[in-house]
Amino acid sequence: MIKPELTDYKRPEKLSEYPQATCYKAGHLVTKNSGWRSKRPVVNTDKCVGCFRCYMYCPDGVIFKKDGKVDIDYDFCKGCGICVKTCPITAIQMEDE
Amino acid sequence: MGERKFISGNDAFAEGIRLAKPNVISAYPITPQTIVVERLSEMVEDRSLKSEFIHVESEHSAMSAAIGAASVGARTFTATSSQGLLYMAECLPYAAGGRFPIVMMNANRSTALPWNIYGDQRDSLSQLDSGWIQMYVEDAQESLDMALMSYYIAEHTDVMVPVMVNLDGFVLTHTYEAVDIPTQSQADEFLPTYVTDNKMDLDNPVNMGFSVGPADNEEFHLLHHKAMLRVKDVVKEADERFKQIFGRSHGTMTQGYRIEDAEYILITLGSITGIAREVVDELRDRGVKVGVLKIRFVRPFPHEEIAALVKGAKAIGTLEKDISFGYEGTVYTNVNSALIRNGVLVPSYNFIGGLGGRDISYEDIKECFGTLIKGNEEKEVWIGLGVVDDVR
Amino acid sequence: MMSDKINARNITDNEFFYGHKACAGCGGSLAVRMALKTLGERTFIALPAGCMSAVGFNFPQLCFANNAIISTFAGTGSILTGMAAGAKALGLKDYHVLGMAGDGGTADIGIQALSGAIDRNDRVIYICYDNEAYMNTGIQKSGLTPFGARTTTTPAGKNEHGNLKNKKNMFEIVAAHDIPYAATASIAYIEDFIAKVKRASEVDGPSYIHVIAPCPTGWGIPVDETINAAKKMVDCGLWYLAEYYAGEFHLNRDPKEFTDVSEYLRCQTRFAHLTDEDIEHIVEGRDAKWAKIRREWI
Repeated sequence: MIKPELTDYKRPEKLSEYPQATCYKAGHLVTKNSGWRSKRPVVNTDKCVGCFRCYMYCPDGVIFKKDGKVDIDYDFCKGCGICVKTCPITAIQMEDE
Repeated sequence: MGERKFISGNDAFAEGIRLAKPNVISAYPITPQTIVVERLSEMVEDRSLKSEFIHVESEHSAMSAAIGAASVGARTFTATSSQGLLYMAECLPYAAGGRFPIVMMNANRSTALPWNIYGDQRDSLSQLDSGWIQMYVEDAQESLDMALMSYYIAEHTDVMVPVMVNLDGFVLTHTYEAVDIPTQSQADEFLPTYVTDNKMDLDNPVNMGFSVGPADNEEFHLLHHKAMLRVKDVVKEADERFKQIFGRSHGTMTQGYRIEDAEYILITLGSITGIAREVVDELRDRGVKVGVLKIRFVRPFPHEEIAALVKGAKAIGTLEKDISFGYEGTVYTNVNSALIRNGVLVPSYNFIGGLGGRDISYEDIKECFGTLIKGNEEKEVWIGLGVVDDVR
Repeated sequence: MMSDKINARNITDNEFFYGHKACAGCGGSLAVRMALKTLGERTFIALPAGCMSAVGFNFPQLCFANNAIISTFAGTGSILTGMAAGAKALGLKDYHVLGMAGDGGTADIGIQALSGAIDRNDRVIYICYDNEAYMNTGIQKSGLTPFGARTTTTPAGKNEHGNLKNKKNMFEIVAAHDIPYAATASIAYIEDFIAKVKRASEVDGPSYIHVIAPCPTGWGIPVDETINAAKKMVDCGLWYLAEYYAGEFHLNRDPKEFTDVSEYLRCQTRFAHLTDEDIEHIVEGRDAKWAKIRREWI
């Protein structure tokens, strides 16, 4: 599966370690977005029917399919709550962090 | 061997570009650059040049398209002049900071207002800080040769910086001279195929043209600056290689004429150098020790070379078709900075002329040398004025 | 036009725009995410100055899994031309050249280069993600800001009730070039948007999609209301889903009746100051537009 991934990035200590041009590896993540949240969406897997509306509408793509249902990458979820609003059967709820 | 043709500076440049075989050409017409892009479009039409020719709707788009083509690894050419150069100005540091080795011909032309289509160097000199290599050529042969050599320099792994090659509008772009046109196999021997990692690659995807915040920004600029400073070595290497293959040499970052023992040196840029040489010959015949130093590259600026070459002189003058309003000619500023930086103290004069296509005559240049010889209270001298200067 | 329909079940699991710093609930980032999921990894994307380039490309945090570049602000259309020409000249095969610019980047500063790219008949896909103002710089009016909207440069005061001009009609401006394919879309109707991106990718020439992508910050809606606001805009008739191809307009969705315009407007603080007369003016504009659409496009 293709997806930008968190890497163990070490800041350059020498000038020669920088890229020569503004050109670098695609999908190179060094920070998470989890600190943006005050609430987190929690999926009730008993209720989830795997319609994937939340998956389709997540602006951050942090909802992924798992065993015919959905799960959430909390490293990058910003807690916007769109998944809760688009779920037709209230299988996702926001909970305080 | 190649053939010898009687062609204009623009034509010669187009021939050089044909030999360099760019993958993509994007250009918007502006006088006096038009002939170079007309010739190139004809070459694409008759298949003597296998390039994608893009008809853009502005100079901003000409450079944006060139950046786009370079971003996927294509060898790219564009050409402009004057207002067009200024209109694409936003894209110049973009192309340079992105380290895209684009080659652009600029037909040096005055900038409005007042409107004027004729030659001076205020257009390109206003863009010295854009991060581009700036080269100024003297005649049609050098135009062709530098069209080819500029790719060698720009694409060199030690450099990876775009090159702007400047031809004096009309005086060079539209003047016909005999030019040796090399063969394609000679050109191919000289100029390697362009290969780069600085590109978007389907097998090895990259993100490019990105933002860099304060924590890392300065380092990117320092790397760019260092690449510029390596240009002089690459120019030397390129010229030696060029001489081996084509039997011609154009010198290093500068080209001196009878300056070894010269007491009075006129520093020039571009096409005016030819007349200056003739004046030097006449004065030398009369026993006056004069010489001409042509600056071929204004960025990077060959400050050590210039300082070393003029340090024995009694006076030097910088003749340029430029004025940075409220101060002086920009080349003069750079020359003086080179002197100070290298501890050379020589009386230094600024001859400003040729603005908006005003002719700089043989007599004008003789007068410049006269001023150097007898000295002058004012360091800034405007030459070729048609009226008495009576305005405070 | 036929395409294999992409839906929630068969769309790729790959995520190409991930870990970006867009505001929570950002509509534009959903448009980018879904366009890239539709087109796949062999896509070259260019994004001009704007929210999506600002949030996706901060070295060393680089959020595109595919090849991506920031273009000049005014030059999205022309950098796409250059990328397409370069790729063609170098003999690359099986790829897409995509540009995604905001409303200001498309309808204002980038309209010349977009027009040029369409005129050149380049095989490029241009998507305008329209959040109706310069959101990246702090909600200033663009050519696509709708009538009445309060922005930081069209304040709502006693004398002027926000923006005095109507939204520029980019879809029809683009169609007037006789472009091979153009469409309007909304992130609320995500399958429709995806299908249009797919169709655009199959066109041998330029294509344009204008997708409404609300900005919670600029519109003054809760961050979880992005999709609902986008849906209300279509359902109340202030946006329409349509296509242009083969020289004809095609209306995709012709609602029997519209939902309440004032409910759509009142849910956003950018319209909070509007009077009943202002809203009546907006409704009249909507009705006139739909009368014309139904007369000419169906």
